[in-house]
Parts: sequence; C-alpha cells; structure tokens
Amino acid sequence: MMDTYLFFGMILFYLIGAGLALILNRNDRICTYASFLSASLASVSGIIFSGSILLGNNFSFILSGSPILNFGFFVDKLSAFFIFAISITAFAVSIYSTGYVREYFGKKNIGYLCLLYNIFILSMILVVSANNAVMFLIVWELMSVISYFLVVFEHEKPQTLKAGFIYIVMTHIGTGFIILSFLIMAGSGGSFSFETLRSTAMTMPPYLKDLAFLFALIGFGTKAGIVPLHIWLPYAHPAAPSNVSALMSGVMIKTAIYMLIRVSFDFLGGGVWWWGMLLLIVASVSALIGVMYALMEHDMKRLLAFHSVENIGIILIGVGVAMIFMSSGHPDLAAFGLIAALYHTINHAVFKSLLFMGAGSVIYTTHTKNIEEYGGLIKRMPWTAFFFLIGAISISALPPFNGFVSEWLTLQAQLLSINLTDNIIKIAVLFSGAGLALTGALAAACFVKAFGISFLALPRSTHAEHAKEVPVPMLVGMAILSLMCIVLGVLPFYVVRIIDSVSAPLVGTSISSKISFDLTIGTLSSFPASISTTWIALLVFVVLPLPVIIYMLMSRTKTVKYETWGCGQPVSTARNEYTATAFSKPIRMWLGGIFRPHREIQTAYSDSPFFKDRVIFESEIEPVFERYLYRPVTWVVLTVSRLMRVIQTGYIQTYLLYILITLVIALIFVGSGG
Amino acid sequence: MISQIVLVLLQLLVIIALAPLLSGIIKKIKAFFQVRKGPSIFQPYYDIAKLLQKDSVVSKNVSWLFHAAPIISLVAVLTAGLLIPIFITELPFGFAGDLIAVVYLFALARFFIALASLDAGSSFGGMGGSREMFVASLVEPALMLSIFAIALNVGSTNLSYISQTVSAMGINAVSPYQILAFVALFIIAIAETGRIPVDNPATHLELTMIHEAMILEYSGKQLAIVELGAMIKQLLVFSLLANIFFPWGIASGLSASAVIIALLVYFAKLVVLGAVMAMVETSTAKWRLFRLPELLSISLMFSFLALVSFIIVKGG
Repeated sequence: MMDTYLFFGMILFYLIGAGLALILNRNDRICTYASFLSASLASVSGIIFSGSILLGNNFSFILSGSPILNFGFFVDKLSAFFIFAISITAFAVSIYSTGYVREYFGKKNIGYLCLLYNIFILSMILVVSANNAVMFLIVWELMSVISYFLVVFEHEKPQTLKAGFIYIVMTHIGTGFIILSFLIMAGSGGSFSFETLRSTAMTMPPYLKDLAFLFALIGFGTKAGIVPLHIWLPYAHPAAPSNVSALMSGVMIKTAIYMLIRVSFDFLGGGVWWWGMLLLIVASVSALIGVMYALMEHDMKRLLAFHSVENIGIILIGVGVAMIFMSSGHPDLAAFGLIAALYHTINHAVFKSLLFMGAGSVIYTTHTKNIEEYGGLIKRMPWTAFFFLIGAISISALPPFNGFVSEWLTLQAQLLSINLTDNIIKIAVLFSGAGLALTGALAAACFVKAFGISFLALPRSTHAEHAKEVPVPMLVGMAILSLMCIVLGVLPFYVVRIIDSVSAPLVGTSISSKISFDLTIGTLSSFPASISTTWIALLVFVVLPLPVIIYMLMSRTKTVKYETWGCGQPVSTARNEYTATAFSKPIRMWLGGIFRPHREIQTAYSDSPFFKDRVIFESEIEPVFERYLYRPVTWVVLTVSRLMRVIQTGYIQTYLLYILITLVIALIFVGSGG
Repeated sequence: MISQIVLVLLQLLVIIALAPLLSGIIKKIKAFFQVRKGPSIFQPYYDIAKLLQKDSVVSKNVSWLFHAAPIISLVAVLTAGLLIPIFITELPFGFAGDLIAVVYLFALARFFIALASLDAGSSFGGMGGSREMFVASLVEPALMLSIFAIALNVGSTNLSYISQTVSAMGINAVSPYQILAFVALFIIAIAETGRIPVDNPATHLELTMIHEAMILEYSGKQLAIVELGAMIKQLLVFSLLANIFFPWGIASGLSASAVIIALLVYFAKLVVLGAVMAMVETSTAKWRLFRLPELLSISLMFSFLALVSFIIVKGG
C-alpha cells in the first residue's frame, strides 16, 4: 500500500512540477524554484519507492482490465533498479537546475523548459515501469519527443536545429525497429502484455526469436548509442541545456539498456551464443570508437557525449558476456556478468551526470564549450574543479572510486569465460578484455587532457580569466553525485548484494553469498580473487599519507614561488601552455588509420622570409561514419524519393486512379484465394 | 593481529628501503657494461637525502593539485606494494586487491603525476604528460592479456595465490605459456619503469624525455617524494616479475628463518633482473616515440600466444 502511495506520489509531483511551470510562467525565479523543487520531491519519493521495491516485493498496478490492452504498471527489481538510477540522478540534477537555469532568465521561456523537464523525467520513469508493449511504445515516444524539444531548446543556434533533426530521425528509425520487434513477439502469443510475452516469447520458433532480438538490438541500440548507430549522440547531447544533457547522457540512454536486458533475458530467456557474441563485438567496438573520438574532441560536451558511447559499450560487454554464459548453461556466471553490467549502469549514470553538470558549470560562467579556451579554472572555481576531478577519476576507472569496481567486475566476468567449452568463443571473450583495458587507458588519457587543460595552469582566454564559482545549488547538485561516486566505490560488497537480487530473477540463480563478503567482493569460487575498495580507500587516503604529510609539515625547508622554467626565458603566459590538440597528438598519429587526420598550415611573413608574422594551424579528423556509412544511405534515400516524385502528379484524378488500381489488385488477390 | 601489523610495517620498510638500492645497483651494472666506474650503489639514498633538505622552488601558476599529486601517487604505489608478495605469500592485505587492482593503482599514481605535469603551464610538462599517457595506452592491452594468461594458467588473479601455487608447483611451473607470458611482461616492465628503449631515465633532452619532462617543475622535498615513488614503482614491477614467474624461496609461513631466507632470495632475484635490465639498456638505443607501438605489439603478440597456446593445450 505504501508503495502505491509513493509511486503515484512521485508521478503526481512530476505533474505538479509541470503544472506549476505553466501557471507561474510569468515570474522566472518563482517558476524555477517551484518547478524544480517539485521535481526533486518527486525524485525523493522515487528513491524511497525504488529502495523499498529493491529490498522488498514487486509492485504492480493495473489501470484497465481489457485482455489485450491491460494498461498498467509493473515494477519488479529490474525496473526498480532503473527507477533508482533515474531518481538519484534527477534529484541531484533538479537541485543543480535551480541555479543553472538562471542563465536563461529573461532570455528564454523558463516555464517551457521546466514543463518539458518534469515531463521528461516522468516519461523515463514510465518507460521503465510500463507493463505493456503498447503503453511502453507510447511513453517511449513521449520520452523521445520531449527530449527532442529539449535538444532544440536553444533553437536560435543553427547547429542546434541540425542536432535536433539528426536526433529525431535516428530515434524514429530506432522506434521503428522496436515496434517490429514487439510485433514479432506479440504475434506468437496474441497479447502485448509483458506478462504474456514473458511466457510466450520463449516458445517462438528460433528464427523469430533471432529476428526479435536483432530488431530489438538495432532499435534500442540506436537509443543507447552503439556504434555505428551512435552518430546522433555527439550532436544531440551537447546541444541541449547542460542539466538536460546530464539526464540524457546519464539516464535516458540507460532506458534502452533496461529494455534490451528485459527483452533478451526476461522475454527471450537469454538466447543463443551468437547473440551474446554479436553484442560483445558491437560493445567492444563501441567502447573503443567512443573513447577514441572523445580523445580527439575539444568541445567539452561533445567529449563527454563520446564517453557515453564508450560506457554504453562497457555496459553491453557485461550483458554480452552474460548472454554467452546463459546460452551455454552457466546461469551463475551469467549472473556475474549481469551484475557487472548493472553496476556499471548505475556508476555511469552517476559520474556522467556529475561530469555534465561540471561541464555545465564551466559553460555557465565562461560561455564557451571549447576546452582550448579554458585553463586555470581550479583557482577560480575550486569546488567545481574538485567535483569534476572526482568524476574524472571515477570515469577513468581508478581505484577506489566506483568506475574501478564495475570495470574490475567486467574484467573478471571476461576471465570467467575459461569455464566455456568452445575455444574460439573463449579466446574472443578474453581478447575483448584487452580491448576493455585499452579503453580504460585511453579514457584516463582523455580525462588527464579534459581536466588538465580546462582546470589547471593559466587561463587561455579572457572568458576563463573572468570565470567565477557557480551558485550554491549547482555545487550541491554536484556534491550529491560526487558523494554517490565515493559510496558506490567504497561499499561494493553491499551494492553487489542489491544488484544480485536484481539479476537473480533474470538468470534464475543468486550468487551474492559467493561474491560478497565483509568489506570485500570476490569472483566465483572456481576462480578465487577479490578486491576491497574499502581498504584501498582507507590506505590511500587515510593511513598511508599521514606520515608523508606530517613529514612535509614538520620539515624546516622553505617553498619559494617563482616563474615556470622556460629555458631561461620568461614564459609565464598562456601561449606557452600545452594545448588539448597537442596533448592528444601522439594518439592521433598512432591511430591515424582510423582518424585520418589532415591539417593545413598557413604562414604569413612580414618582410623577410625568415621572420614569420603569424601561423594559422588547422587540423581536423575525418568523420568516418558519417562520410562512408550515412552519406551513401542518405543519397539512396534521396534518389529514391526523387524517383517517387514522378507518380505524385498533384491531380486528384490520378490519385483516385491509384486507389482504384490498388482495389482491383486487392480484389483479384483475395478472389484467387490468396 | 600484532603479527599482521608487524608484517605490514616490515613489508613497507623493505619496499622503501630497497627501492633506491635497486636503482643504484642497476646504474652500477650499466656503468660496468659501459666500462665506466659509475657512482656508488648508495648514490640514490644520498640524492633523496639531499633533496629532502633543500628548499623547493614552485611555479607560481600551480594549484593545490601540484602539491597533492606526489603524495597521492606515492601512497597509491605503496598501497599496491601491500598487495604484492615480496618475501611472504600470506599478505595481511592480500584480500584487498588482486593483480588488476595493482595495475589500476599504478594508473592512479600516473594519472595524478600527469595532471600535475600540466599544472605549471610549461610545454615540457604537457609534452611529458601526453607521452606518458600515450605509452600507458600502448601498454595496457598487452598487460591485461598477459594478466589473463597468468590467471588462466595459475587459476587466480590474486597475487598471494599465484605466488603460493607457482612456488608449490616447483619446476613444473615452467611451461611454454608461462615463458611467453614472462617475455610479454618483461617488455611491459621496460615501458612501465621508463627504461630504454621506451624512455631514457638519464636524459634531460626535451626531444626524448617522458617521465623526466613530466616532473620537470618539481624540486626539493616534493621531487624527493616523486623520485621515491618512481623507484618504488620500479621495485614493485620487478617484484611482480620475480614473484609471479619464479617465486621459489618465498616464505609461506611467518617464521624468522624462512623470512630471512626469503629476503635474501628476493634480493638475489632483484639483482639478476636488474642486471638483465641493465644489459637491455646498454645494448639498445632509445626508440623514436612513434616506433613504440611496434615494441608493444610484440608484447601483445607474446601474451596473445601465451593465452591461445594455453587454451589449445589445456583446453581451458
């Protein structure tokens, strides 16, 4: 009963938030506070609700009793897990937003933004709690459309409109495939209810199962941003306001992961080995391509968007490995893979939202997204820098923060493939571990660049020079998620136990007693290994630094401040600093075959050819996927539509003739017994 | 409980005390091969003692991160040291992290030093940081595959377990896949410790330096801590090589005689590995930065072969 109140209370608060946004539209300040306060109250009830489901029983509520369209809500542990991820992120982002949207006061329609924001979160909650495919598709579409409007919120910029267009096209191609997948699954049982799908989809003939899975993979993969369906992501996420980017990158793309797990494990029972293999290959490629392009990016938000592609890849590596285990009759190992994937899901939701909020704070005060124009921000905005650093350590999978735990679990899941019988699969899974390691190392390189160039040394532009610390609500939002990064990092033994209760119904076995110990998590007993990030955190940050710090304080030596060493010349200007382009140059050259960089250097001379007046250096990498994959497809589509234009004469008589011809053909077809 | 604490302190002491000595020994052996006299093997101690007494000159551009980075990275490396069997397999903190955790703790240390390299705003620092992260990216896939190969062969990624098992197997532990994995990991060790042909620890030429460029702005006691951290990391990488592949002689229980023998054997292993490293350094020239992918692909190939041969021979 309590759960029902909490659930509808949550929905009600989001609706109130949306309603208040409409009513209070006149006054920007009041509208902001009222609407985002309502959203944060809603997310608090969401956190409590999902917590009570995760620790208790499933929740179900039927709206209408019609057998085919029994609309309603069903929240099992898997749904509750995603509601928790959405709510905790939404809570922090809502608080952050009360500060962030001040930037738009007097310039944009605040009520409109607050309205969309509330409905957007609500639609995500409904997506993960729908109990019926038709209802799911309706709320899924609502989520896509609302997020489209949020992407084009700053529609006065031409590149925003382009981003919105690419997003809406891609997301609808995805939805098309999702509908196909559901039609195939519902066709066998005659109902769109998830409950029926759960029992009937399993008994479909194998080729239909394969089709349903492939369509689901394409459909949800588009939303999740797997390569090569990811191209909308680096356009759409940076275009939206930063608080919305945090939600889109942090949790919206996770709803696709939710449904992919639901379809492949819950409905289709884990599938056959090549599903997992396909997913593993796609995921590894996504992880690598995502991080490689992130390294080359100098637009802060595009950089983070590419990291979403990478992290979706890491999550799906876990799901793919779990599928391979499931199909080869190892449900306990599958549970391990799924735990790794779900752990990384919540981790990514937390640190990616944190990083987007950090990026938003920097943009809020500098008004530029180009990291080459930042620099020295750690002194001007120390708290933002600190929180961004925590996010950067987490996403680089460094111990003892949360990214490390899930990456460790994923690597161990890959190592567990030794229990499989097929050698080729075994080698492939193990080799994907090398890919994951490379991904991790490149991510660390990328965040040394992103943090170092943006926050350290001297300001590189007047924007950065005049940067100021952001308002308190924005800092509070970031602080909440920073704390979550640490909590998820140092208490893995507890988190693993909860996630195990999420994965247990999907794979049919619970392994928490085998992998979660006092302050420690381990792998399954056939392969003993363990980590305790709790102890690592204690050692690194509490016990061991003490003697060093005491020594540093006690020593009698002085510290003199002086110029940076510049080979004897005074060089303390920002022009001498290393740039982001230069920082990523070795990797750009190493992977030149993929990036295909080309550069242009123009030199202007003053009087003599020995003295250069100015040098203009331009360097760009080739957008391979757009040029070689999407351009041909667009060309085909446009050509076909041009040819189709011939039959569209514009005369109503012609159209009537078409209808007549169609009718005659249909009658002949029916008459001949077809 | 008491014995555990003593063990932890003893291990920390051994690591910190031996790390400069190892550097000194390698330098001495290198000097021998180059027909020089070379500085005393205790020179690194004198250097650190000297640096600790000096005032430091710090760029006025830097933030708190520049001051915190040496401490964090030293401590991260020391924490890794508590996870690696040095002279005894029963580590009090053995449960707290496995081989993968050790690799990521090294990455944590590198991450902070690389950040600090950008803090002073000089091009040298950025150059060093950029190259360091580049080399780390090259190393990581090969490193992970060789970890997988070892883990499959021995049955765990837990270092205490690995040392114990290999040590108990005796000479039977020598197998083709173990040798392949060793060669792969040795190449990685060259890169991780910043030695020729990857990086030259004795250079200050801006075209070639990697690690030295990163820490160019450090001086005084901070430089001492950075240098000590680098030496300890080198010692630990050598210990990994020694106690994963030939842990024989390591103590398995806490008895005084076993520990003393284990310490002596450990020291002998370090000297042998150091001598091999010195030979490699003397007989090769430093490679261009953009030839390094070739070197580390060799390592990747070896570890891949180790993995594949193990799976084919043993069938998993």
